[in-house]
Amino acid sequence: MSTLFAIRDLHIFYGSIHAVKGINLEIKEEGELVSLIGANGAGKTTIMHCISGLLRPRQGQILFKEYDLLKVKPENILETGLAQVPEGRRIFTRLTVEDNLEMGAYTRHKKSEIKADMEKIFQRFPRLAERRRQPAGTLSGGEQQMLAIARAMMSRPKLLLMDEPSMGLAPLLVREVFDLIQEMRSEGTTILLVEQNARMALSIADRAYVLETGRIVHEGVASEMLHDERIREAYLGS
Amino acid sequence: MTYFMMQFLNGLQIGSIYALIALGYTMVYGIIKLINFAHGEIIMTAAYFIYFFMTKWQLSFLLSTVLATLLSVVIGVLIERIAYRRLRNASRLSALITAIAISLFLQTLYMILFTPDPRAFPMTATRFPVLKLGKIIFSSWTLITIVTAVIVMILLQLFVSRHKAGKAMLVVSEDLKGSYLMGIKVNRIVAMTFAIGSALAGIAAALYIVSYPQITPYMGSLPGIKAFIAAVLGGIGLIPGAMLGGFLLGLVETMTKAYMPSQLTQLSEGVVFIILILVLLLKPAGLLGKSESEKV
Repeated sequence: MSTLFAIRDLHIFYGSIHAVKGINLEIKEEGELVSLIGANGAGKTTIMHCISGLLRPRQGQILFKEYDLLKVKPENILETGLAQVPEGRRIFTRLTVEDNLEMGAYTRHKKSEIKADMEKIFQRFPRLAERRRQPAGTLSGGEQQMLAIARAMMSRPKLLLMDEPSMGLAPLLVREVFDLIQEMRSEGTTILLVEQNARMALSIADRAYVLETGRIVHEGVASEMLHDERIREAYLGS
Repeated sequence: MTYFMMQFLNGLQIGSIYALIALGYTMVYGIIKLINFAHGEIIMTAAYFIYFFMTKWQLSFLLSTVLATLLSVVIGVLIERIAYRRLRNASRLSALITAIAISLFLQTLYMILFTPDPRAFPMTATRFPVLKLGKIIFSSWTLITIVTAVIVMILLQLFVSRHKAGKAMLVVSEDLKGSYLMGIKVNRIVAMTFAIGSALAGIAAALYIVSYPQITPYMGSLPGIKAFIAAVLGGIGLIPGAMLGGFLLGLVETMTKAYMPSQLTQLSEGVVFIILILVLLLKPAGLLGKSESEKV
């Protein structure tokens, strides 16, 4: 089977600082949930910015389906089928919940289908449905995270990139977000989950990569990594 | 009381013109964080277009205004395309200096083309009866100006709250990088913003010269700068802020002129600048501006 998404020998510099030092990462199958874990400052968000075209690497390739993503303008990346739930959610606070979802479907044109997808989302998230005409800025942190995920789903992506969806959320809400990710994955969405919360990420992922100061230091089947002594000590605190 | 009401209406009249112009400043600022100092010159060019359409081609005031507004859109979009777009990622100061340069360029160009001599707007074409409401006497144009401005503002508000492109404009203004993630074509939205701002300036120009019927290459600077202050007063980048700021500034300015002792009227132009200084000192984000904190 051909590779859906691949990062090959990626090097990213901030001025003279070598932030990402030749990483390789692959998502081979559709429907796979791959996680990239690492501590603060390991380079996770740098890589994400590079995938979304906001940052140019010094060297390397990012391939998605038949596209060379480094040659695609940031504003055209969504149309290749790759959507993002960005770090810090980045919901549009002045727009209503409904309008945020509509913006998620900005590149789509069939109004009836968009409407139907939106209704599905409101069924899945009753709390968003209750607040559909409220400015998104009035939502709680957890609701905003749900909205950011729902908004990304509105483009019907082939691959969903999630950058630290658990960041800044209370433990109960983290649980809820991860349940949702698992649910989306069981519905067939391919997901690249970037996380600091290694235990949670490993518990739901198929495969995982561990990033440490710009290098991949471990990779493998997530359930095995969860029981790997070295990883337990370094990332799971036990 | 009659005098107060008459002045109040005058204030609303000039205020609605300021509001229309201020919307152009605030939308452009909202979307690319640039104070477009050439915006006042759009008013000036529109005024010349109206003048020439009416005097050379004998077109009606309404038709001239429509044509001048369309031409303003073209000029506004061209300015963005030629001067500002390539500076999108440059420092804000470079873009600001460029805006001032465009403003001076247009003023000088018009001075060379049409001489600095003021031209008189053909008032006879817009002569309407004076209206009376009890003891309050006011010009038809006071009413037409306020009504036109309010209708335009309602249309604009509907556009940004209902239309997909209007919402995309709010999105680009709130979070440029976030708008890339939605697949929003930012250049198109920026061009559209300049187009709308310039159209509003074209309409404002028509309403302005009816009451201030002198057309010169410099006529855009003063209403331009006052509308800019109005935008800051309401909260720069916020559409409702520009509307509120425009009306408030018009009222304050008119009332000061009306009630200031006559030997001080020379100073009345300064009042708006005092307002600017006060806003910057006391509430830099403007009346409707607030800093939003991240939620957990």
